[in-house]
Parts: sequence; structure tokens; C-alpha cells
Amino acid sequence: MLEFGILFPSVLNGLTTGAVYALIALGLTLIYGVLHIINFAHGASLMVALYAVYGLKQHLGIDPYLALPIVVPGMFVLGYGLQRLIINRASHGRDENILLVTLGISIVLENLALMFFKSDTRSIETPYTLTTVAIGPAMIALPKLVAFAGALVTSSLLLWLVTRTDLGRAIRAVAKEKHGAKLMGIDVDHVYAMCFGIGLACLGAAACFLLPAYYVNPQVGGGFVLVAFTIVVLGGMGSFAGALMGGLLIGVVESVGGLFLGESLGQIGIFVIFIAVLLFRPQGLFGAKA
Amino acid sequence: MTRDIAAIVLFAAGVLGLTAVADSGVVLTFVMMALYATLMAQAWNMLGGYGGQFSFGHALFFGTGAYMQAIAQLNLGLNAWVALALAVVAAAGVGLFVGALTFRYGLKGSYFALVTLAFAEVFRILAVSVGFTGGGVGLMLPLQESFANLQFSSRKGYIVLVLGFVVAALLVTAWLRHSRFGAQLQAVRDNEDAARAIGVDPFRVKLGAITLSGGFMGAAGAFYVQVFQYIDPSIGFGPHTSVEALVAAIVGGMGTLWGPVLGALVLHLLADFTRNLFGQLPGLNLVIYGSVLVVIVMFLPRGLSGVGRSVRDAWRARK
Repeated sequence: MLEFGILFPSVLNGLTTGAVYALIALGLTLIYGVLHIINFAHGASLMVALYAVYGLKQHLGIDPYLALPIVVPGMFVLGYGLQRLIINRASHGRDENILLVTLGISIVLENLALMFFKSDTRSIETPYTLTTVAIGPAMIALPKLVAFAGALVTSSLLLWLVTRTDLGRAIRAVAKEKHGAKLMGIDVDHVYAMCFGIGLACLGAAACFLLPAYYVNPQVGGGFVLVAFTIVVLGGMGSFAGALMGGLLIGVVESVGGLFLGESLGQIGIFVIFIAVLLFRPQGLFGAKA
Repeated sequence: MTRDIAAIVLFAAGVLGLTAVADSGVVLTFVMMALYATLMAQAWNMLGGYGGQFSFGHALFFGTGAYMQAIAQLNLGLNAWVALALAVVAAAGVGLFVGALTFRYGLKGSYFALVTLAFAEVFRILAVSVGFTGGGVGLMLPLQESFANLQFSSRKGYIVLVLGFVVAALLVTAWLRHSRFGAQLQAVRDNEDAARAIGVDPFRVKLGAITLSGGFMGAAGAFYVQVFQYIDPSIGFGPHTSVEALVAAIVGGMGTLWGPVLGALVLHLLADFTRNLFGQLPGLNLVIYGSVLVVIVMFLPRGLSGVGRSVRDAWRARK
């Protein structure tokens, strides 16, 4: 067995990564839970947010954390616009069309990035990139700790929004019974677009927390999107608490799995969990409804 | 059925005729690649269009066929034709296995899509990690030109080969349209509970569809290896192939005999056209490809082959 001194940092690292995964998965689960569509442009949207953070830092010298109030509303507007102007119009109420449209959008976004930024992998330098904090026997990079805290705060805000506000009530009403909500005077198209916007805003926040300890290239989203799907399925599609717990769990599995099996095989653990949960418990580990 | 077969014979004769007269390499390569894309789209259509089961991981079958084709020749020293048979059987077998697992537990809709995606990803990581697939580097097949090796001096040989598969796929699809099995499959697609109530076994029917679909997708993978003499994990099991198969089928019109043919042809023309026009600027061709995809979906919701019907409906609505 591995010693505590090796396992503990690995678990902590996994938790910090997992919190960011959770944030990405929260956006996905909100969109799935309400619109009942699988957003295949989620990874590409994250990539766009990462480039936005990168650009703000490189060209305007804005610190990634201070970029939050710019990137988060920016991503919200992008999401609202995409849903209202493109996805909603193109879907004609058919699932396979939504799937094709989000796929098309992701192809466009990824290749726009390729066009403007080439396929180079880029990262940013901040004064705190290499700062570490000691927690027991573990040394954790400061940006990762900030990401952990930031992801938890953002998730809590999202939970508050959905459970305590009028918008949240409207969102839950539309998710449960679209036609009934419409009859009660809720503007369903607006709520759909709000959900898509909030889902992408989560990605904006994730990007700000991610970039100081990570990198960006046009394909960066692909790796995250499968992991995010896994988390959403694990937590139960549409469940927020599930996405949060699932994210942390997957972060730890990936980190500890990598320790035992090496990096490339370590990832297999994630997909084996994914397939097993889909087969045996498709309502998710934490989800109540199927 | 007779009309469908006549149309298929006509189609094959047309392609052969074009191949016989054409002598430009560009045209022949285009015909070959368009047929290859048709084969993948039609394979997807059998399960997705007629069975209503949306697979997002058809690369799983493609890669299985491709690797089987390569490994059977490289490591087992088998003849290319025997390898081809093995590749189709292996891919169909993987289809049977995945189908047995997923349909047994009643996975449907987005859940089925996600589990196929995950299976393809598991196979990709395995192909990177284990030895006999050549790892991330992939496998090269230095094949001599001969009929036994399925290596031809001109594109024309390959066109005849892939046309054979396309015709077989079209015949199977025509059979799905008119046979008892096909009727059961479409009944399951339209309403599984109702189908069960009249005595259809949805599990058995869907299993048949995914096995057929997997086999034809495996043939496409094997064909790829014979043409390019190379395969690696991301070509074999990467999401790109899965996307190509389903996009062509849906854009053309799924659940129809000729939709996937039309979709593959149009998308291939589009991809070729944008690549030639904007090839110097990396990315721009795919930006246009993606935009056109969105536009097609926005204005032609039932696929290209649904245009006729859409026009007719619009005409009626106006009156």
C-alpha cells in the first residue's frame, strides 16, 4: 500500500481539480436538466473562455481572478445569444437537430481558435503561479487552492440562484413541465436562454480559476467535456448536488488512479466508472429521478 | 423492394460507368472517398435511422475493423481477404457485445449516446496503452501491390471494393425497409412499449441492428487501412469518425434509403470545396463546414432528402 504521505497530497490535488470539474459539470447539468439537450459545444465554450482569460492577461494585463467580472458576464451573453438566436431556431423541437447544431457550433468555435491562435499551447505567468501552501504533509499550488474555493463559492451561488430566486423557480418549473410553465405566463424561450447563459457563465468562472495553473489550446475543451459528462451522469443528470459531489469524486479517482496506473491508463478509471454507472444506475449515484 | 433493388443496381452502374470513363486522379479519389463516407453513414443509419438508437461512438466499430485488418495481416500473417472477413466479424462482435450490455439495461436516448462515446474512448486509451496495437505510434502496413493483398495500382480497384460494400449496405437497408425484421425495428424506434405490446422483442431487434451496423462500420475501417496502410488510436477510435458517420446520415435524412448517400456526397463536396478554396488558412475551411452544417439544420430540419416533403408541406400550408 502507498504511504499516507503520498496518498494524501494525491487526494488533495484530486479534490482541487475535482472542484473545477464540478463547476464545468454544473453548467452542463443545468443545460441538460432544463433543456434536455446534450450540449456538445460545452468543451469548445470552455476553450473560448480560456482564450478570453488568456487574452485579457496577455494584452491588457488583467489578472485572471480580476477578469472574473468581465469573462463571466461575457460568457453569459454568448450563451444567451447562442441559445436564443441559433440553437432554439435551428432545433425545430427535434433532439437530433439540437445535437447537430451544438456539434456544428463546436466545430466552428474550435476552428476559429485554430485560425486566430494556431494550434500552439499557451499558458500565462502570474506572480503566484509557483507559490505553494503546505497542508499537513502536502504542498498544494496556491492557484489550485483558489480554484477549489472559487469553485465551491460559485456552485453555492448557483444553488442559491436555482432554489431561492424567482428565476430559479421559473427554471425549475420549465424543467418539470414546460407547457404548464408556459400557461402560468413564464417565457419559456427566455428561461431556456437564461439557462444556457448561466451554464456558459459557469465555464467563464471555471476558466478564470483554471488558467493560472493550466494551459489553453484549440482542443483543450475535448478532454474536459467527457469528464464533465461522466460527472453529470455520475451525479444524476440535472442534479446540482450530484454534480458537485461527482466532480470531487472524479477528481480524486483520476489523481489516485494516475498514481497507481500511470497517466494514460489512469484515465480509464473514469470511463469504466462512467460505463458502469450508465449501465447499473443511470439515474446517477445521487439522483432521485430517473 | 424490387424498385429499391432496381435503384441500387442503377446507382452501382452509374458509379462504375463514371469510374470507367474518368481518368483524372482528383475525380477518382473524390468518388472513392465519397463512397467510403457513404458506407459509414449508411452503417450508422441502420442503427440510428431505422432503430432510433443514436450512437456517438461508431468509431468503436471503425477502429475495431481497422485494427483487426492491420493486425491480422501484420501479426497473424493472414491474407488481406481473410483479414477483411475477420475485421467485419470482429466489429460486428463488438457491436453485439456493446448492444447486449446497453440494451439489456434498457439504455436509451442520450444515455445510449454517451455510453457508446465512452466505449470508443476506452478502446482509444487501450489502443494507446497495450503493445500489439503499436501504442500511440500506430501500425504501418508496408503492403505489396497484388490482388491477394487488396492493393491496387489505381484508385479504380479501391472504388470497386468500396462500392461492393456500399451496395451491400444499401441492400441491407432496403431489406430493413421491407422485411419483417425491419418493420419490427422501426416499430421499436417509433414506440418501444407499443411494439412490445404487439409481441416484438425490442432487445433482440435492437441487438440485430447494432450488430449489422457495427459490421458495416468495421468494413469501412478495414477499407481505410487498405487504402492508407496506416492506423493509429486517434484515427481509429477518435470522435472525428463517429461524428462524420452520424452527421452525414442526419444531414442527408436518417431512416431513409438514399439520405445517407446524399448526405455523404454533399458534405464531401462541401469539405473538398472549402479545403481547396481556403486550405492555406488552417481552420477556416472547417469554420465554413461547421457553419453550413448549422445552416442546413436550421433550414432543412428533415435532412436533404426531406426537402421535397418540406416544400410540399409549405405549399399546402400556404393554401
